[in-house]
Amino acid sequence: MFEIFGIPSTALFGQLLIGLINGSFYALLSLGLAVIFGMLNIINFTHGAQYMLGAFAAFLLLQHTGLNYWAALIVAPILVGAVGVLIERAFLQWLYKLDHLYGLLLTFGLALIIEGVARNYYGSAGLAYTIPEALQGGQNLGFMFLPNYRAWVIAASLVVCLGTWFVIERTRLGANLRAATENPTLVRAFGINVPRMIMLTYGFGVALAAFAGVMAAPIYNVSPQMGSELIIVVFAVVVIGGMGSIMGAIVTGFGLGVVEGLTKVFFPEASNTVIFVIMAIVLLVRPAGLFGRRA
Amino acid sequence: MKRLLGLAAFAAALIASPAQAQQITVKIGVMSDMSSLYSDIGGPGSVAAAKLAIADFTKNNPNVKVELISADHQNKADVGSNIVNQWYDVEKVDLVIDVPNSGVAFAVSQIAANKNKVFIVSGAAASDLTGSKCNANTVHWTYDTWMLANGTGTALVKTGGDTWFFLTADYAFGHALERDTAAAVEKANGKIVGKVRHPLNTSDFSSFLLQAQASKAKVIGLANAGGDTINSIKQGAEFGIVKGGQKFAGLLVFASDVNALGLQTAQGLTLTETWYWDANDANRAWTKRWQGERPGKFPTMVQAGVYAGITHYLKAVVALKSATDGKAVVAQMKALPTDDPLFGKGTIRADGRKVHDAYLFEVKSPAESKYPGDFYKLRATIPADQAFRPLKEGSCPLVSG
Repeated sequence: MFEIFGIPSTALFGQLLIGLINGSFYALLSLGLAVIFGMLNIINFTHGAQYMLGAFAAFLLLQHTGLNYWAALIVAPILVGAVGVLIERAFLQWLYKLDHLYGLLLTFGLALIIEGVARNYYGSAGLAYTIPEALQGGQNLGFMFLPNYRAWVIAASLVVCLGTWFVIERTRLGANLRAATENPTLVRAFGINVPRMIMLTYGFGVALAAFAGVMAAPIYNVSPQMGSELIIVVFAVVVIGGMGSIMGAIVTGFGLGVVEGLTKVFFPEASNTVIFVIMAIVLLVRPAGLFGRRA
Repeated sequence: MKRLLGLAAFAAALIASPAQAQQITVKIGVMSDMSSLYSDIGGPGSVAAAKLAIADFTKNNPNVKVELISADHQNKADVGSNIVNQWYDVEKVDLVIDVPNSGVAFAVSQIAANKNKVFIVSGAAASDLTGSKCNANTVHWTYDTWMLANGTGTALVKTGGDTWFFLTADYAFGHALERDTAAAVEKANGKIVGKVRHPLNTSDFSSFLLQAQASKAKVIGLANAGGDTINSIKQGAEFGIVKGGQKFAGLLVFASDVNALGLQTAQGLTLTETWYWDANDANRAWTKRWQGERPGKFPTMVQAGVYAGITHYLKAVVALKSATDGKAVVAQMKALPTDDPLFGKGTIRADGRKVHDAYLFEVKSPAESKYPGDFYKLRATIPADQAFRPLKEGSCPLVSG
């Protein structure tokens, strides 16, 4: 057994793994943001509220229809994604040609409204949601106790992230989508229904947020403010990774999870600022972000 | 002639008014966290409790007219200070009550003293409010960190939990709670083996829990509150903390937190409170009325403290026939013995500390809980004279003279 900066190596490995797990939430959430920004040019401040809606949907489905966690993992993103589609049709579609600021203000306002309504009906203390039976307990890895649920979080997050990246960067559908954002008029001339595609993309981004929300429900406190606590960090992740870069969002999400995890060991008081310090440095050195293309 | 009659009526009104000079107008401001992590502990529920207190009091004292306003301090000391300055100066508020979050409460306490108004703390916990930072305009009603530490800390050491690790929220309240608990634990011959300080509103505690697990301490003291406590316990269950033989000590857990955790996760948790809605018939009756405004929720001790604090404050104002001199009102509050339906009989000490019994509770298992809100079983009652820090140990300047 060796030590690094006075911390036993076993403890350090444990913290690295924990960091990766937290990173998988950052990656899932920033992925949705990156998809929405990259394809629609909308800074989706409602993302945190949509993440919260995912967790609430899981709770309500269990309470009122008896649908368990696994079903909620599919149903909640579809429901919340559908709400996203409605938001896109009702509000966002009028904003694509305007300055980013309008989209930001609109989505920020929507987030406040959604959170306020949830708080009004369910209070701020939170709702109880337990870990599904199959994933309770954990493995003793020697250097740490790894709860089964956390292992599942990493695996699921990796699959979803890489799957999304693959679809957007490597398939015909993704190619059409990217083309549509570059030059909508031309793509329409080829007979592709661009507005519908954009609408579904927003719905998909929102569904990703809701998926992360369902994943979070068993381990994080399910409360109206759960999203707003996380969303600022996730925005920092997206900025560091490069606005709109899919791979950037995934890699930075995991990477910053690890950095934050290590900060929690060496200097816990700074653990909620470290990401912003990194953001400031990255913006100074590479204003377009680590993986961003210069506009 | 008509004019003469009018004048006579006016004169009569003037003459009659001294008989009505008893008419007292009071303005009360409930400042709380209305929108974030402590809003179920105080928040709109505190406003509901204040309304009940005013309704009950004015029913028996129709000459007292009470106006109620409320605001959200957003857990920011600067926001809270701005509001309170405006309340005292412009809105002519006489009493500010509640203020969960000790950081904000310290600021408000200072302002109340400078402007000679009254501040009753129900939501905030730091024991320094009646210790080194006490003043003659502040009364601390419901609970404080020393009382929580003493109740839970001493009880757990006595039952074998003699090594402690702290998870502490990194601000005034967390530090005070950690310090007071550490003192209580060490006094009972326990040992502190480590601590970690986390930022307020942390969502993931796994890293901190791992450190706590590695410390091998028998007890993990949670010197935090609200969502932070909920997340610590929820994730602690996941990481097998309790199954591994370690025990959580919820140093500040409210009924609303237990509800959010669910009994499945919270069962067995030991905690100290000064008021529980299901403790006796008077509390249950009051809860029923309170639920008229907050359906489906259960009141916390903070909200009960707002009710009792306002009730006692109004009694003092009536005795003085005026609310203008804050110091005089607080002196009168200290002189009068307290008696209200929720906290029973008690007193307010020279340092501003309200003393009453405290209760050590254990959270029931899902099988033991018979109806919604049936959270606790009573483990011990700590009598009022032992529940709070002895008057001389607080180093409050009002006491030493």
